[in-house]
Amino acid sequence: MADIVLDKVTKSYPDGTVAVHGIDLEIADGEFIILVGPSGCGKSTTLNMIAGLEDITSGELRIGGQRVNDKAPKDRDIAMVFQSYALYPNMTVRENMAFPLRLAKMDKQLINQKVEEAARVLELTSYLDRKPANLSGGQRQRVAMGRAIVRSPKAFLMDEPLSNLDAKLRVQMRTQVSRLQKQLGTTTVYVTHDQTEAMTLGDRVVVMRAGYIQQVGDPQTLYDSPVNLFVAGFIGSPAMNFLPVTLESGLLRSPLGDLPLSDRLGSVLSAADAPRKLIMGIRPEHFEDARLVEGTDGFTFTAPVDLVESMGSDKYVYLNVDTRGGDTPASTDLAELAADAGGADLPEQNGLVTRLSAESRVREGADARVWLNLDKVHLFDPSTGTNLTLREEVAAG
Amino acid sequence: MNAKLKWGLLDAIVVVFALVPVLWIVSLSFKTTATLTDGNFIPRDWTLENYRTIFQTDQFVRALVNSIGIALISTVIAVVLGTMAAYAISRLDFPGKSLLVGVSLLIAMFPQVSLVSPLFDIERQAGLFDTWPGLILPYITFALPLAIYTLSAFFKQIPWDLEKAAKMDGATQAEAFRKVIAPLAAPGVFTTAILVFIFCWNDFLFAISLTSTEQSRTVPVALSFFTGASQFEDPTGAISAAAVVITIPIILFVLFFQKRIVAGLTSGAVKG
Ligand SMILES: Nc1ncnc2c1ncn2[C@@H]1O[C@H](COP(=O)(O)OP(=O)(O)O)[C@@H](O)[C@H]1O
Ligand SMILES: [Mg+2]
Repeated sequence: MADIVLDKVTKSYPDGTVAVHGIDLEIADGEFIILVGPSGCGKSTTLNMIAGLEDITSGELRIGGQRVNDKAPKDRDIAMVFQSYALYPNMTVRENMAFPLRLAKMDKQLINQKVEEAARVLELTSYLDRKPANLSGGQRQRVAMGRAIVRSPKAFLMDEPLSNLDAKLRVQMRTQVSRLQKQLGTTTVYVTHDQTEAMTLGDRVVVMRAGYIQQVGDPQTLYDSPVNLFVAGFIGSPAMNFLPVTLESGLLRSPLGDLPLSDRLGSVLSAADAPRKLIMGIRPEHFEDARLVEGTDGFTFTAPVDLVESMGSDKYVYLNVDTRGGDTPASTDLAELAADAGGADLPEQNGLVTRLSAESRVREGADARVWLNLDKVHLFDPSTGTNLTLREEVAAG
Repeated sequence: MNAKLKWGLLDAIVVVFALVPVLWIVSLSFKTTATLTDGNFIPRDWTLENYRTIFQTDQFVRALVNSIGIALISTVIAVVLGTMAAYAISRLDFPGKSLLVGVSLLIAMFPQVSLVSPLFDIERQAGLFDTWPGLILPYITFALPLAIYTLSAFFKQIPWDLEKAAKMDGATQAEAFRKVIAPLAAPGVFTTAILVFIFCWNDFLFAISLTSTEQSRTVPVALSFFTGASQFEDPTGAISAAAVVITIPIILFVLFFQKRIVAGLTSGAVKG
């Protein structure tokens, strides 16, 4: 077991692509850390550099305090689980799991014992003599995990290990991976493009974008205090709502109406460099049916209801509000998020997603009076994407 | 149903068209000299005399040795070099890669006959004319592109992740190749070896142009010089027998080759 430190690590590929731009990251001993971000943001590249499968162009990588930039993968004592599982098709499950131990010239009997033990933990005992071709996806995935855990390495690296499984199995395996990691207490770096996986699995989550780290933190911090538009939009499902707002004569002019400036927002906007056109971010759960919160501080508006999805525990209500009104400030962050969401074939949304209590009586087709918790809204600078509200909170202590 | 019948008929015609000459030569090889020209498809007078004759002639036995030796050596060298080149081409990005692929494609396409006279002159000068190396060299030249092509197709089928996984499991580059990649590539290497061997074995053009004596003549060439036991005897029966003898290894290879169903070999390595 060991800690892993990335110190200004950069990767440029021979064709000139800079996949990772000088990232700094300290992964504590025994920590379960998740690298998350849209496809192509450099997660695999980062992982492969830690593994030693890709050279580090500049910067330093230390494992257990030791510089390992120039060490071959086999001398780093790290195990890796691949998205494709990469099982050796000509070997049985037993031989697959024994392979790293055989390479380490371990005693035959000890090998057997370790393989059986790993197989028991992963419930693979009855498949030990099968070839990978005769296993289901979930079993193959477990064999890949088994091959990683048998030799008790210093760290595990996993590159989207569950993305080839169907949704239900993925959820099951997610808990299994999590439990296994807790049990073994081995430092683990886990790559995924799925924010749900990131939020549920890790001790800490690293959000990456285009080769840069956007934010590092525990899942709740990322959710509550995203540092910029990108993180705000990437983390959370359904995603945060974004609205264009304009500061005019002490009011925030928004598609919902003119919002009064609370003390919190006022202090943000009084900063000298605050722009007049902003993007406001509101999470779905920070709306409520106005009827249920009479008298509470906040802002109330009326909007036509497009769709109601009842989840039993609460209701997702889609409101017809033009969130992309004529003068929406251009933001590269939002464009990129939209492109990423497009990948999951969601039609681009114009409207508000709100999560209201189950007791809410709003109906499809009718107008609803909706309350908005102004204390929870975020304001972003459209040109840089920075979360201005967060800056103020941090400054306020 | 109708379409099936049509295709079946078409297939049958093609097969018959291809097989009749072969069967004809087999039939000839079992006929006695007297009945050679009787035009019967099935010999009236069966004999093994022709086979006995050819194995008693030095000329044929010597040519058989040459054929086997030259084809084997060329195959081994071409496959070893081809494996390394194909591995590099399918796995590495190096400057001049596309040039290398292009040039080897060019060589494979080059009309061999246009090289015969220059090669003749070069080999005369270099003292390679009418020697084993004199044939082995051009065979390797033309077999290599073939080997590289078939082998790189095989290597490309092997998921690269397997090699990475082997390295993560503690293998050196050499161990990863030997213990993981090589066993998976073996059927491909074997298939390529058969193709290259058949190419060398069947060659007539180089063999007739670059040899002049029994010392390095291969069977296809020796056949054309066959005279029969005496000068006045019709050598057709003997030629037919010899032709049958050199076809047998090819038939065996092809039968064996068919058994190797190569696709599906890597199935199960990745998500299925
Ligand atoms: N071998 C390579 N050569 C050149 N560019 C590469 C190579 N591998 C990845 N890239 C580029 O580097 C970027 C990051 O890739 P990757 O780390 O695989 O992303 P992720 O795993 O986050 O989807 C991408 O833009 C990709 O096109
Ligand atoms: Mg990736």
